[in-house]
Amino acid sequence: MKKANILIAGMFLLNTAYAGNKPNYGEVKPVENKQWSEECSACHIAYQPGLMTKASWNKLLDETALSDHFGQDASLDSSTLKEIQKYANEEAADSENAKQYKRSQKIVLSTQKNSDATSRITLTKYIQRVHHELSPKKIAQNQKVKSLSQCDACHTEAKNGVYDEDTVEIPNFGKYRD
Amino acid sequence: MKKPIYKNIILACLLVSSYCGTASATTATEELWKQYESEGAKNFDTKRGEENWKKQVKNEEGKDFGCESCHSKDLKNKGQHVKTNKVIEPMAPSINPERLTDVKKIEKWFKRNCNDAWGRACTAQEKGDILKYLIKQ
Repeated sequence: MKKANILIAGMFLLNTAYAGNKPNYGEVKPVENKQWSEECSACHIAYQPGLMTKASWNKLLDETALSDHFGQDASLDSSTLKEIQKYANEEAADSENAKQYKRSQKIVLSTQKNSDATSRITLTKYIQRVHHELSPKKIAQNQKVKSLSQCDACHTEAKNGVYDEDTVEIPNFGKYRD
Repeated sequence: MKKPIYKNIILACLLVSSYCGTASATTATEELWKQYESEGAKNFDTKRGEENWKKQVKNEEGKDFGCESCHSKDLKNKGQHVKTNKVIEPMAPSINPERLTDVKKIEKWFKRNCNDAWGRACTAQEKGDILKYLIKQ
């Protein structure tokens, strides 16, 4: 009797532990690098490396490019920059580590049609396609959003790499409905 | 034989007051002031630091722009990045003790923000003065 109870309790524990750490393969791999989280989140959310391809990240995370990062100086010292570049290449949408993450794969597929990799996440074809129906009132003219680049203004789980429609809430417009 | 207790109290008071007297400067700021002096700067001044902190210059959109644009007018308050909306924790070390304790971090943000606010690097003198002002907040 006791043994059975322990077995059930054990199975229950295992099950909950599994559910808690279950990778979100439908989405983008969450950031797991402290330096990346700290440096990139100083001014905006720490976008997951799985949101762009290696070619795009390498364009963006270049010393000269970072000194004029969309109009802002985001310079990093060379050792920090090396670490950030390494993580980007290990985890980019077209890396081995992102293979199982569906949303990264969609980004890769849409990029392959572009010969030129963009250094803006918001300009990747996939991101453009899934947002093209949204009116400027909801994004650019919405003072609480301002730009498509503010993922977390509407995607309430963006920080965890979750961009599912069910987690979208547009400020001043409420929950997203098709 | 018992030591009079007031002597201990006086000693404690002395210790506390001497500690408070130096608590406004951190090892990081001391190190930076020395570095800036080696680059030719001297006599760092709170008032000049304050003036520079509050200085407004026209940005590329023709709007007045300066440190306060993102850090807010009250250093004890949180600020907000004008472009990204990101909340910036208070600059005043009295409210946010983590501030001005990391040499690398201070230099990183001077490089970025001087460039963004004034379109050029800050001089060693300007940086030293600003630190004098900020450390007292």
